[in-house]
Amino acid sequence: MAKFTPPLWVGFFEDPQSLLESARQARDKGFAGLDAFTPYPVHGLEKALGLKHSWVPYSTLIFGLGGASLGYLFMYWVSVVDWPLNVGGKPFNSWPAFVPIIFECGVLLGGLATFVSLLVATNLPRWKPFVIDPQLTNNRFALVIPEKQETVREDIERFLRGAGAIEVKKIVA
Amino acid sequence: MSALDEKLAPPLINPQISMGDVTADISRPTERKPSKLWLAMLAFSGGALLLGVYVVYNLLRTGLGIAGWNHPVMWGVFITNFVFWIGIGHAGTLISAILFLLRQRWRTSINRSAEAMTIFAVICAGLFPVLHVGRAWLAYWLIPYPNQRLLWVNFRSPLVWDVFAVSTYFTISLLFWFQGLIPDFATLRDQAKTKLRKKIYGILSLGWTGSVRDWNHYEKTYLLFAGLATPLVLSVHSIVSFDFAVSLLPGWHSTIFPPYFVAGAIFSGFAMVVTLTIPLRKFFKLEEYITVNHLELMNKIILVTSMMVGYAYLVEFFIAWYSENPFERFTYWNRATGPYAPLFWMMFLCNVVIPHLFWFKKFRRNIPVMFLVAILVNLGMWLERFVIIVTSLHRDFLPSAWAQYTPTKFDYGITLGSFGLFFTLFLLFARFFPTISLAEVKSVLVNPSGKKKGGA
Repeated sequence: MAKFTPPLWVGFFEDPQSLLESARQARDKGFAGLDAFTPYPVHGLEKALGLKHSWVPYSTLIFGLGGASLGYLFMYWVSVVDWPLNVGGKPFNSWPAFVPIIFECGVLLGGLATFVSLLVATNLPRWKPFVIDPQLTNNRFALVIPEKQETVREDIERFLRGAGAIEVKKIVA
Repeated sequence: MSALDEKLAPPLINPQISMGDVTADISRPTERKPSKLWLAMLAFSGGALLLGVYVVYNLLRTGLGIAGWNHPVMWGVFITNFVFWIGIGHAGTLISAILFLLRQRWRTSINRSAEAMTIFAVICAGLFPVLHVGRAWLAYWLIPYPNQRLLWVNFRSPLVWDVFAVSTYFTISLLFWFQGLIPDFATLRDQAKTKLRKKIYGILSLGWTGSVRDWNHYEKTYLLFAGLATPLVLSVHSIVSFDFAVSLLPGWHSTIFPPYFVAGAIFSGFAMVVTLTIPLRKFFKLEEYITVNHLELMNKIILVTSMMVGYAYLVEFFIAWYSENPFERFTYWNRATGPYAPLFWMMFLCNVVIPHLFWFKKFRRNIPVMFLVAILVNLGMWLERFVIIVTSLHRDFLPSAWAQYTPTKFDYGITLGSFGLFFTLFLLFARFFPTISLAEVKSVLVNPSGKKKGGA
């Protein structure tokens, strides 16, 4: 969620298509700091609002590979350096037997990092979330346009109504 | 939607249903007072759970001798249950991760309950190895940590691989499941009528608001979890099968085991999903969301995996004959004709013969039939693990060491107890959590706003 600085204009929509269309138009018009709220992920909306790709996959990749490498290094250290033990005549560094644990360490660390990255990227958990309208997680969609000094307030309101919003609301604080 | 579209991809859910209906229908069971039926079922499964607790108490006080193990059968019902429950979990991950990557949108109606099933099944599974090590209070010795004994675990042992595989599987499944629940908890929070509900679901939702900036990261994360869970689920049952395949025992020492176990896991898991969703959709009135079409698709997967499992059974026998190895030949001959032959043929009937009913559309869409088949498959898959474990062990290399294995009342008690634990957790889940993913079902609706099309 973007850092909101009221006053904000909120336009409510009933279906994803009209939200998507008005989000595109709003961006073309040059409104900045846009955000949208939807009960389920609407495909194409992130592009319509010009959002960047999520960085979470990089974190998954780095921590996944890191977890796998650490897993291998640890088993190597235990089996070759700290306490070399002859198990069934296998070499101390019997890497094929380490593959399952290397894989599991990679997945475990990669998965934990993915979840933590999601929390960091979305700034969750938020103990006092800014809920604009309780229906936004149920059956309504909203486009949020912050009121900047350079834009005239009638402009935003007129734009949202023209774009087919069923309700337009101003949030002051 | 044109007529052709409708023919090629019929709507998954009744087009009359709107987003508001989805929220109302699916959150209803969490809002009203529990029904008498739910309480009765909870009492029943809670009773079974208490029985299991009683067995565990006895087991810890007296020792493993109260169960039926004796030389040469030192793995019995406990390991059977472990493999059975891990296998059950696999269908949940298949539905949530693999069907997601394959863009099978019908999964949206069943993935939540199937993932819950995975988590509860892994909890049940994890119990058994911990108890089976004998001194359960020292089970943490399986984890490699610097200790006063100055010893490390043996990283070349499949039993240690299990520790890593099962704990990773549990962690990743839990995170994946919880991630899916976050937006739905936010919906429940926003619809909550009492302060307490608002507070509890508010905490569980982590303060989700549904901003597109959050969805952007959320969807990527979901995809990544699906990508991580897919190889993970294949690895977990492969590693469980290594417990057997890496040993040198005829009947266990076989390279077919990993794919055979994974197919069997998906087979039994789907049977369990069908067993659970039929009462779930009926008692919580979710027939519009988990439709007969969904059940039919699952029955098709049961049919396919049944044939994979049947193929593995037959190939094992063929290879035993073809290998010219007298020990292999004896083991398989003994499996089909020896003292445990009735169990073997029962398993064969349940897993290989009966699922062929699903070649007929009439049976695939008949709820009593599929419920019965699913129960029989569950039974058959439990027997499969029992047969693999016990028949391979009870005829040792030395005939003077041969013995019979008979489970005691404690073995049966803890098995019932694990079912009690599973169903208790599932009933609590069905009562307090959204049993169908609200956000995902909303995304497959034909007409989300619920307004009539046409006009302006």
